[in-house]
Amino acid sequence: MLGKTITITSGKGGVGKTAVTANLAVALAMLGRRVTAVDTDIGLRNLDVVLGLENRIIYDLIDVIEGRCHLHQALIQDRRLPGLRLLPASQTHDKSAANPADMVVICQELKKDSDFVLIDSPAGIELGFRNAVAGADDVVIVTTPEVSAVRSADRILGLIEAAGKGPGQLVINRIKPAMVTRGDMLGTFDVIEFLAVELLGVVPEEDAILIAANQGVPLASEITTQASQAFHNIAHRLLGEKVPFLPIFESENTVFARFRRFLRLR
Amino acid sequence: MTQTPSETFAHDDLHSNRTGDDARIQIKGRRDGLSIILGDGDWHELVLALDQRLQQSAAFFQDCQVHLNIGQRHVSAEQLRELFQVLQENQVTLARLHTASRASADAAQELDIRLGLPEAVQAPPELPLGTEQWSEGLLFHRTLRSGQALRHPGHVIVIGDVNPGAEVIAGGDVVVWGRVRGMVHAGAAGNDRAIVCALELRPTQLRIGSYIATSPEELARATAGPEMACALEGRIVAKPWLSK
Repeated sequence: MLGKTITITSGKGGVGKTAVTANLAVALAMLGRRVTAVDTDIGLRNLDVVLGLENRIIYDLIDVIEGRCHLHQALIQDRRLPGLRLLPASQTHDKSAANPADMVVICQELKKDSDFVLIDSPAGIELGFRNAVAGADDVVIVTTPEVSAVRSADRILGLIEAAGKGPGQLVINRIKPAMVTRGDMLGTFDVIEFLAVELLGVVPEEDAILIAANQGVPLASEITTQASQAFHNIAHRLLGEKVPFLPIFESENTVFARFRRFLRLR
Repeated sequence: MTQTPSETFAHDDLHSNRTGDDARIQIKGRRDGLSIILGDGDWHELVLALDQRLQQSAAFFQDCQVHLNIGQRHVSAEQLRELFQVLQENQVTLARLHTASRASADAAQELDIRLGLPEAVQAPPELPLGTEQWSEGLLFHRTLRSGQALRHPGHVIVIGDVNPGAEVIAGGDVVVWGRVRGMVHAGAAGNDRAIVCALELRPTQLRIGSYIATSPEELARATAGPEMACALEGRIVAKPWLSK
């Protein structure tokens, strides 16, 4: 059975597309699925770094497109997770080195022996973005709960709908429950109500994600924090399961909060 | 201030028959821009009338892909140059020239003007019937997302929201059965008496005819709820729509 190609995009840069792609790929592979992650950020590749596979790159996406190697020669097998492979981007070219037609062909090939092909899209709405969504069956849009990111997500949703790749699903990344409670940050409901799109998951802001990325071991490799649990929940939802959203907005476990709860119990 | 029937805005102002020439210049919306159809008559007069029309509606044609249709008319390269100059002076980009005449097509090619593919034969346009002639209205049953622009020379009705970064540019009135949070320009062809109605009117910018309400604070009002905006005494004002 053919796998499914999902493109992870956002429009705005820095909202966490690569983090979401890497952690979802790891989570799905841990659930026993065959996952191929593809980096289409040509010239600014970083999916390889985040997955800890940077020093094993021999061939890349552009080598495949320009015929210098066969597709399977460019795929890097992750040593920790047998179900995970990476097709890295080239660092010495730019977005003009690929075109949508090439990407459609590559996705079709990869789908033959993967359950999921996760495509990490570059920021922007130009050729890089068009290349990334060309072969997609579904699109996941990543946004942070801030006004400028939500604007970009709206733009991207319009482009995806127009390209017939809609309706798309949303991941809200880097949310800070304390700020939302104080009214300093947009909440999940605000974002969804504005974008009118289905919510796939909410990932809280955690230093651990950044630390893990720097070490090349995606956070989802171990379910230790809320963020890693959130990524796994998203993976389960991609597999069609209904998973309740994490209670990240429950009152904090500070001394003050516990004291208040103690008072109420009396 | 309540509205009485005598205050109803004149909707025929869009394709107003102020001069007889305007009837020979038809402007229609296309998916990818606008199309201008030039009718019969003296070429030079027609070009002058077009110049006038474009000057009146400068904002409406800006950044627009325009398809020009000259029908069966045979024009020379010289005549096309005259037309092209008028377009350039009004900062209108000519995307394609549609013509059924071989001679005109050759002349266009001489000037490097792109030709449009022949269109299906349409029934000849009927003569306008005075004030009963309403421009075509457009009903758009979707939300306009950021970056999407809806352009139409007549009235526009949107069932959905107009998100920030989206634009509705209409020659006539604009009615949004949803939230306006983007930019709306009603009466864009020079009609200061156009109106904008919305269930929730919170635009980034509102334009009616030649008036602009720029900052959100100008339109910030205590009440939420359906409102109608119009130009009054030199400013854009919004009135709550109270059921009578």
